Amino acid sequence: MSIDLIAYGAFFLTMAFTYAIICLGLNVQWGMTGLFNVGIAAFVAVGAYTSAILTTPDTAERFGGFGMPIAVGWLGAAIVSGALSWAVGALTIRLRSDYLAIATFGVAVTVQLCMLNLQSVTGGAFGIGFIPRPFADLQGNALLFSLANCALMALVVLVLYLGLQHLSRSPWGRVLRAIREDEVAAQALGKRPVRFRLQAFTVGGAIMGLAGAAQAHFIGFIAPDNYMPVLTFQVWAMLIVGGSGNNRGAIAGAILVWGLWALTAAAVSAFVPPEEQARAAALQIVAIGVGLCLMLLLRPRGLFGEVSPLARLSRNKQS
Amino acid sequence: MNPQFLMDGLIAGVIIGLGAVGVTLTYSILRFSNFAHGELLSWGAYLALGISSALGVLASGLTTPIGPFSFGWSLPIAAVLAVALTGLLALAVDAALFSSFRRRGSAIIIMVMASFGASLALRSLLEFLFTSKPAYFSQALQIAMKLGLGLRATPDQLAMLAVALVSVIAVHLVMTRTDIGRAMRAVSENPGLAGIAGIDVRRVIRTAWFLGAALACIAGIMSGLIIQIRPYLGHDLLLPLFAAAILGGIGSVPGAMIAGLFIGLSEAFTVQLIGAEWRAAVSFAILIAVLLVRPRGLFGKAT
Repeated sequence: MSIDLIAYGAFFLTMAFTYAIICLGLNVQWGMTGLFNVGIAAFVAVGAYTSAILTTPDTAERFGGFGMPIAVGWLGAAIVSGALSWAVGALTIRLRSDYLAIATFGVAVTVQLCMLNLQSVTGGAFGIGFIPRPFADLQGNALLFSLANCALMALVVLVLYLGLQHLSRSPWGRVLRAIREDEVAAQALGKRPVRFRLQAFTVGGAIMGLAGAAQAHFIGFIAPDNYMPVLTFQVWAMLIVGGSGNNRGAIAGAILVWGLWALTAAAVSAFVPPEEQARAAALQIVAIGVGLCLMLLLRPRGLFGEVSPLARLSRNKQS
Repeated sequence: MNPQFLMDGLIAGVIIGLGAVGVTLTYSILRFSNFAHGELLSWGAYLALGISSALGVLASGLTTPIGPFSFGWSLPIAAVLAVALTGLLALAVDAALFSSFRRRGSAIIIMVMASFGASLALRSLLEFLFTSKPAYFSQALQIAMKLGLGLRATPDQLAMLAVALVSVIAVHLVMTRTDIGRAMRAVSENPGLAGIAGIDVRRVIRTAWFLGAALACIAGIMSGLIIQIRPYLGHDLLLPLFAAAILGGIGSVPGAMIAGLFIGLSEAFTVQLIGAEWRAAVSFAILIAVLLVRPRGLFGKAT
């Protein structure tokens, strides 16, 4: 019993960590730079499919199956998702701020369509199965297997966290914050906002692609249903709850919101009669939407939100 | 190629155009792209369905089809009530959510995000209330009439074209010939200056919400009448709506309508040439092309 519990705990944490990776990617785009991405699910999906195609064994009815190592898949996922983000960003970042939002929404719709319709590449509605899982030789021992996976994902989150912390303190991160706080002043200092924004958007997209790949390899199976718009909403809720602009907040928010989500989902399946479950699930999503709005209204900085440097400055002056 | 696809494209285009007029109005007055606009279409359709079925229960005579149409008097009556209710819904969402961001002077992108959360809540609320099972205004079948040149249309479709034409002309006249229309255009040019000139900016904002929601409701009912009513009805139309609003030029009512027709016809054309499964990608392709070539749209002002 307790072994089952630990194995479930490890599974839960591993999933939460994959969300934490997406959330860290979103934090580079939104928290550090103020770029609004409504197509998170698309960038995650592109990463997942890229890695799946690169690493699965050769399949007759589908393009690829190149049988490459998992690490190559992860790297490929980050590169392809990053390239997609770069293309979307290059097109829209110089325009009005919400054109990027509309374009990423379009990307989400189109990627969903491609997953369903390009059967020779994506396997259509049935998706891709038999994606190699890390530590596959441990699979006989469920506990050891889930603990190893959990540790691997924790390591990825830790490395990304340290890297991003370093990045946000680096000159590059300072320029991003400067642009976000006062674009004109940053321009006057000779920084080109469009270029920095585009770089941040690309880095964030690449991280989302990596998260997609990590998730795909952990679950071992992907299908278009995994990348519905609700994924985008979940990740936003995680970042807003955790506090945008703060990497620790992004990770904590991911674990907290994923925990609440898993808990309510378990409650729904335990206490709600089967014929009413779809409606209860809809109510669960209403709660996310309302929660997102309430958080924006009542506590825009989230639980661990970044205190804006300008606000900190004026507070120091007062005291 | 069968010219019939022109008729289908025209009807789809009218629906997109009516929705896009609402997007363009809220965008030019409130200055943010409202991701919850699609949900106003869905809510409009469900409100009309609810009222129409209630009327049918109260007086069954109201459901007998009028002349050649597939619906009885209950639907037009319900549509009028639903238009008013959808307008009130938009005002309620604004009062609960967007007005406090405006008061605080929040960044535009925060409002976009709030609209994103609102759309999720509104859509899933419909799914909770009505489940995701599709619903229909009427089960009656209609025979299409020949119009010449190989075109056929059902009486319902012709009625929709007429209603859409009247609505767009009405909105256009309101915008160009009335005091509130002039006030709206003034606010869209410069809200601060308009306020100083004695224009009641809050009233303008309320009018913009109400007009946009009313048109969204009409578009939602039309979409429900020719296809079906689902909670995702509006969400699936959102990308075409945005594409039409941007192609037409933000702030231009005739532009949004013309661009809507263009997108509807392009979708129908694509369905003929490539296949129905790629229909949803058409508006994305158009959106990208507009952003690349002429980001201010056909009739938009340079910013």
